[in-house]
Amino acid sequence: MATAARSAGGAGDAKGARSAGRGKSASNTPVLSKEQELSAYREMLLIRRFEEKSGQMYGMGLIGGFCHLYIGQEAVVVGMRMAAQDGDQMITGYRDHGHMLVMGMDPKGVLAELTGRRGGYSRGKGGSMHMFSKEKEFYGGHGIVGAQVSLGTGIAFANRYRGTSQVCMTFFGDGAANQGQVYESFNMAALWKLPVVYVIENNRYAMGTAVNRSSAQTDFSKRGVSFNIPGEQVDGMDVRAVLEASERALEHARSGEGPYILEMMTYRYRGHSMSDPAKYRSKDEVARMREEHDPIEQVRRRLLEDHKVGEDQLKAIDGEIRQIVNEAADFASNDAEPDVSELYTDILL
Amino acid sequence: MPVDVLMPALSPTMEQGKLSKWMKKEGDRIKSGDVLAEIETDKATMEVEAVDEGVLAKILIEEGTDNVAVNTRIAVIAGEGEDVSAAASGASGNGAGAPAPAQPAPTPDMQAEGMTDRPAPDQRSGGNAAPVATPAAPAVISNVASYDAMAEIPEGTELVTMTVREALRDAMAEEMRRDETVFVMGEEVAEYQGAYKVTQGLLQEFGARRVVDTPITEHGFGGMGVGAAFVGLKPIVEFMTFNFALQAIDHLINSAAKTLYMSGGQLGCPIVFRGPNGAAARVGAQHSQDFTAWYSQVPGLKVVAPYMAADAKGLLKSAIRDRNPVIFLENEILYGQSFPVPKLDDFTVPLGKARIHRKGKDVTIVSFSIGMTYALKAAHELEKEGIDAEVIDLRTIRPMDTDTIVASVMKTGRCVTVEEGWPQSGVGAEIAMRIMENAFDYLDAPVMRVTGKDVPMPYAANLEKLALPTVADVVQAAKAVCYR
Repeated sequence: MATAARSAGGAGDAKGARSAGRGKSASNTPVLSKEQELSAYREMLLIRRFEEKSGQMYGMGLIGGFCHLYIGQEAVVVGMRMAAQDGDQMITGYRDHGHMLVMGMDPKGVLAELTGRRGGYSRGKGGSMHMFSKEKEFYGGHGIVGAQVSLGTGIAFANRYRGTSQVCMTFFGDGAANQGQVYESFNMAALWKLPVVYVIENNRYAMGTAVNRSSAQTDFSKRGVSFNIPGEQVDGMDVRAVLEASERALEHARSGEGPYILEMMTYRYRGHSMSDPAKYRSKDEVARMREEHDPIEQVRRRLLEDHKVGEDQLKAIDGEIRQIVNEAADFASNDAEPDVSELYTDILL
Repeated sequence: MPVDVLMPALSPTMEQGKLSKWMKKEGDRIKSGDVLAEIETDKATMEVEAVDEGVLAKILIEEGTDNVAVNTRIAVIAGEGEDVSAAASGASGNGAGAPAPAQPAPTPDMQAEGMTDRPAPDQRSGGNAAPVATPAAPAVISNVASYDAMAEIPEGTELVTMTVREALRDAMAEEMRRDETVFVMGEEVAEYQGAYKVTQGLLQEFGARRVVDTPITEHGFGGMGVGAAFVGLKPIVEFMTFNFALQAIDHLINSAAKTLYMSGGQLGCPIVFRGPNGAAARVGAQHSQDFTAWYSQVPGLKVVAPYMAADAKGLLKSAIRDRNPVIFLENEILYGQSFPVPKLDDFTVPLGKARIHRKGKDVTIVSFSIGMTYALKAAHELEKEGIDAEVIDLRTIRPMDTDTIVASVMKTGRCVTVEEGWPQSGVGAEIAMRIMENAFDYLDAPVMRVTGKDVPMPYAANLEKLALPTVADVVQAAKAVCYR
């Protein structure tokens, strides 16, 4: 079962002590405070609603080209960001909207970039797959599968060069995990003990190819074994598990021990991109994941049952999120396209 | 029969070296495998081992002699039972009885500018090139500047002679002293001192933090360099040769060149990718090709390809300071050539400016990098025939200094382009088009281009020679556009 969390290789044992201050449930999953659960709920819901709106706007022709939605995978970035410190950098591939939102980028600017408007983060010149915010330490948004792994390793190199305490969180999928440059980067990161956490978002399909059809070793947490990079599989549908493992991984990287691999077992509900009908998997499989493992529903249930948060309070949050997303959609639909002079700007400094 | 010991070639492009030390003296018995001497090239110090047995009869080149041409006779070994003194005295005659080895070419540009004292073969030396007389004395190559070539430098500036290799190294060292965020990474750049010794001494001065030996992993460190540049470091990424940059080309184009645009101007990439580009000598198709035209097509990149040492230094310093990704294309054949370089504390050459290397009025010859060697020699030949050629060294290919080309063509009405790269969609094709767009009415003849042939680079010496442009090609093209 893809969502079964288990620790691989015992890498986490020593450092696991760090999360000891937090309570543990009977299943050894950390218990989050009410505030943490509320925060996770809010963040994940923002991504979910944002992506739903993006899908809708794509259908209306307001968003063009490729558009890869993050629905289903929300707990991965949210849990990771909860564990990170301010100043830690993030870089990913093209399924990137959730990463930007969790790094604090303005939903208006992100959605306006999706619609190719001047108020977008790249002033309309990047699109869904190419967005950046230096201010928020988000370094893209990269359209070439696997490229972000070398780039993220280079950001970590710069951190070490400067002697900062920043860690670069480098995200990629099970598909990118088969690119050669991933292993070139693993080698150098381990050789030079660079502060980088590799987060492999295993959503089980590289576009339409299931992991068992593309990968000789489907346990991606072991992909660093020949470089002595510790790795573990994490239930990427459970924000608590993500947070707990991320803290361990970030601490490892930050303390000068070198890179760490987190394989987040996750699932995307939608197709690879908007044009993908996802015929390569059964409707049952998708339905089962949504019903039994939905990351937002898990938090919602705990808030209601364990933390005694009222339905009213959650409804209020839902309303707030809807408003943020609707405002972003209004902005992204009505903002002007870039000035034609923009064609020739930003080519050279 | 006494056996000649010849100055060996220790690398594909070595043409001369220093005979630094004799490890045997006259009269010593020699067994095969004995170390006879130490030879110092600009890349390394190597030992010369004996192949033949006998007695070292005569040393022909004293230790400490610089610039000994490859294949020069350096000693004579008398074979078993032979008369040592007879062998020694026979050796003093020039080439008598000995097979005549090929003579290396002095650098063609120096020849063109009248700076060497012996004839040069038309082409770089190939192992099987037609033999010519062996010089009795080592060929000493000297160089001074032509007036036009150094016109940019303030009058009265002291000039020091240095190789292109040293000029590049000095450029990096100066910029690294000046800016703590500049670092060098690549294969063999640190402890080995550079595969072509361009980074010699940098590790000793700046340490392993800033002079970083990478594994053989171009795709990986190409991308890492770009990532480090995104967050404000200024990497100098050395490719051992640009042939290997093909492994990393996705990062050069998709990551380095485009991100500024795709980020709406937020994320610049101040990086230099540098290394030898173009044909080397006798290394076959995969290690001998010119990528200038490839990179020059990409918006978001600057592309530099210097010829002289002064430009190599001044342009590399500017490239390191530039806030954009710069593809800095060096040339292995030029590394060891010496040129005058101005002795200034901070000598820079602006990117994007061509240099009129030689003034002329009858025809414009536009070239860059090693192409300049053909262009300059051709200009010298043409002068003898009463054709006064103006030679432009582009130096930067992108952005291309169209104004300088157009102004020259408006004056001469004729143009020939010279490059070692392939013809289709080449730099010459681009220059021809720009002239059509900007100076069509001034043309008295169609623009002609001299390029490498439209073939992968062959290994065989004769075929390799045919695949590259020649001085004769340039002369012929220049005469054709002059209707002569």
